[in-house]
Parts: sequence; structure tokens; C-alpha cells
Amino acid sequence: MSVLRPLDKQPGLNTATILLVGTEDALLQQLADSMLKEDCASELKVHLARSLPLPSNVNRPRIDLIVFVVNLHSKYSLRNVEESLHHVDATFFLGKVGFLITGAGREGHCSIHWNTVVRLARTYRSPLLFCDLEVEGFRATVAQRLVRMLQICAGHVPGVSALNLLSLLRSSENPALEDV
Amino acid sequence: MDETLAEFIKRTILKIPMTEMMTVLKAWDFLSEKQLQTVNFRQRKEPLVHDLVLLCEEKRASVHDAALLDIIYTQFHRHQKVWDVFQMSKEPGEDIDLFDMEQFKSSFVKILRRALKNVTVSFRDAEENSVWIRIAWGTQYRKPNQYKPVYVVYYSQTPYVFTSCCQLKSNIPLLGQNFETHNTAMPLQERTLELDIHMDSRIIHENRIEKERVQRVTQEAFGNYPQPRLEFAQYKLETKFKSDFNGDILAERKEPLRCLIKFSSPHLLEALKALAPAGIADAPLSPLLTCIPNKGMNYFKIRDK
Repeated sequence: MSVLRPLDKQPGLNTATILLVGTEDALLQQLADSMLKEDCASELKVHLARSLPLPSNVNRPRIDLIVFVVNLHSKYSLRNVEESLHHVDATFFLGKVGFLITGAGREGHCSIHWNTVVRLARTYRSPLLFCDLEVEGFRATVAQRLVRMLQICAGHVPGVSALNLLSLLRSSENPALEDV
Repeated sequence: MDETLAEFIKRTILKIPMTEMMTVLKAWDFLSEKQLQTVNFRQRKEPLVHDLVLLCEEKRASVHDAALLDIIYTQFHRHQKVWDVFQMSKEPGEDIDLFDMEQFKSSFVKILRRALKNVTVSFRDAEENSVWIRIAWGTQYRKPNQYKPVYVVYYSQTPYVFTSCCQLKSNIPLLGQNFETHNTAMPLQERTLELDIHMDSRIIHENRIEKERVQRVTQEAFGNYPQPRLEFAQYKLETKFKSDFNGDILAERKEPLRCLIKFSSPHLLEALKALAPAGIADAPLSPLLTCIPNKGMNYFKIRDK
């Protein structure tokens, strides 16, 4: 079974690669464009995939951060992400995976309850970001955050590792809901 | 102007909504600016129509003028009619004829008149090299019935002909004969499916092959051209409930579950076509959805076999 592992390749010089996984290609494409517009010292690469596993015979760089995109309007997108998660090695979930949820703004169109994705992120111990990707301003903001997260996950920010970032993000959650 | 003609003009103008009145009359271009200025367009519809009919009488409107008005009204309200589409095919080995609109019109009338004397034929050129033809049929002994005309829209640079529903089915072969002699199989412009090829080399699509498969499957199911405009489809299900869970109470029911699913959209078939490429559904789509244009149905009743 082809599984993504975080450290099975050598890193590229000054390169940071993010993998966006989601069914709605148009949204992923727009997010990728927004991220590449950001001013960044590292060389960014954005890989877009509909689902995992990735095609196996391809030469690709080491993936530093995986972001799973779920659209609350589409149960299909959630199911796709849930199935793709099985193809990610457990060690990736030490700060190198995130969930990005779109569609919360139009509540009437949501067929997934936001609590479902909150629980999903909690199960996988990974940060959860909400952003309506269709709105350009919000998309630019989340693109900035993702670029920053990506740089940290690629090791380009001295003194901060992916695991550090994860604990920082976690401690801001409601402590009553934290599992020990 | 005889009484029946005046009545026909009156009824035609009455159909026009007040908001469109000026636009239609200007497009008709039969009553002059001066004449139109003498009419009070702020009065209620019946007296307004009465005044307009009087002006038409003054100007001695003919059957053809009235027919032209009818065409213009129908062009404004084409969506209210049900249209059939015919595609002309070329015999292998035939040359492509050069199309001349005037020649087409005159031989069209000749062929119809040869078969039936009592017929009113009117033409109006429209957008994109198309011509609207209005035909009011009579019989051997009766004058044409202006209230039940047939419309034929022919796009001269294409093999397609649209007809509004023809009440007299026997006249369809006659229309067909007309088009056989004017076969111009000029191919339609191919509309290429544009794949968004992003130029930035820093973005890599991992599932390019899958994307291409989806595009191909969608194209096979829906074709290259714009879909017919449909606003809803309805499925009445009378099937037993199927569930993944064991011991589901609903699955144990012997009687079928009744359920109605309605899809509505400003342009339903284009929306269905966009589902798989947009990543909202798997390709191929269920044949229940893709069979709509083939079967010409949009109301379905589904029962267990």
C-alpha cells in the first residue's frame, strides 16, 4: 500500500512543498495561486491532488505539509478526505498535516455539520482552519498562514519545528476538550 | 382591410406585454414614428390596441404585415414555444452548395405553393445567419388559419432546422422536402473543451490522468456542444430502502419507500455536465441523469425490478 511518509526523501535546497488534497480542483487551484503570490524566501511548490494515494511512478519532491480541503457543502468531499487519510503515515501527523474547511459562510448549503470536521481534526491531532476559499480576501489570508506553516514544516524557520508549532496551536484550544 | 385581418392584428397586439409594446412596434417598423406619436401609450391596453389597429387600417396593413408582427412577437417569446430539432444529413459524395438566402426563400415558397395554394409564408432574417419562417396553413378550400402558424428557424450555416410544434403532422414531410433541396452541410464550429492549463510550473497536478479521464467520460456522455435548456427533472422512487447497516429498521420494510427527488436549476443539463469536472460527483454520472436528452424525458418513475 503506498503511503506518504514525511522523511523518506532528501529535502530540496531551500524548497518547501505543500500537498493540497481535495475534490474541488477549481478551489485548490485558486488557493495555490494565492499562496504563490506571497512573498517568500523559500522556493514554494504546490502539488494538487484529488485524493490519495498519489500515482506511484512519479518523481516528486519531499512533501513538507499536507492540507486536506473539505467543503461543508459536499459530503462527497468529506468522504474523499476520510479515505485519503488512510494513505498517510502516522508520523506525518506530528505537525505536518492540516485540515482546511471551506463553505461555512453559506450555512444554508452546508450538508456537513462543522462539528463533524472538528472531531475529524481532533482525531488526527491536527490543526483545523476555516476559510471560505471562494472569497478572495479570506483566501489570501489563509494562503499567508499556510505559507508560514509550510516554511516551518520544511524547517526553514530557525528555532521552530513542525512539532513546536503543533503544540503552540494546540495549547490555544479549550483545555477541557483536550485528551491527555 | 377586412374584418378577419383586423381581428387578427388586434389579437396579436393584445398578446404583447405593455413593457415590450414600444420595442416590438419599433422592430415591426410598419407604423411610422409620426403615427406612433399620435397614440397615447399611457392609456389602458384595450383602448391603446384599438387606436393601433385603426392606424394599421389607415396604412392598409396586409396579411404579410400582420404575419411579420406575429413573427416578431414569437421571436421575443421563443422560450414559450416547444421546438423540435432536425438535422440534415448530406449524402456522401455531394458537393457543398453555396447558399443564397434570396434563392432559398423564393424556392421555399414555390415548393409550398405547388402543393397547397392556401398558405401564407413569411420570412424574417435574424441573428447568426438564421431565417425565421412563418407558415400559416389552409386547406384546398379554406384560407390559411393565421392563429395556428408553424415556425421554422433555419440557421443557414448549419445542418439544423428548428420547428415549433406542428399541429398538422401531415405537413412535416412537405417542410422536409424544402430542406432536402437546399442541403448545405456546413460544419458547425467545433467547440473545444478548454482545460485550465495553469502556466505556473510551481503548481503540479498529481491526478492529471484522472482529470483527463473525467473530461473524456463527461464529453462522451454530454457531447461538445451546449446542452438543451432544461429547468428541472423529477424522479419518483418506489423502491425498497437499501442500507449499509445491518438490522436497519427501514431496510426490513416489505413495502417500497416512496420518495420524490426534484432537481431544479436555471440550466440543469449544463449543471449536471459540470458536476464531475468540478469534483462534486464521480464520473461517469448515473445513467438516470445522463439519459435525459436521449430519452427526451424528465419525469421518471423508478421501481425495483
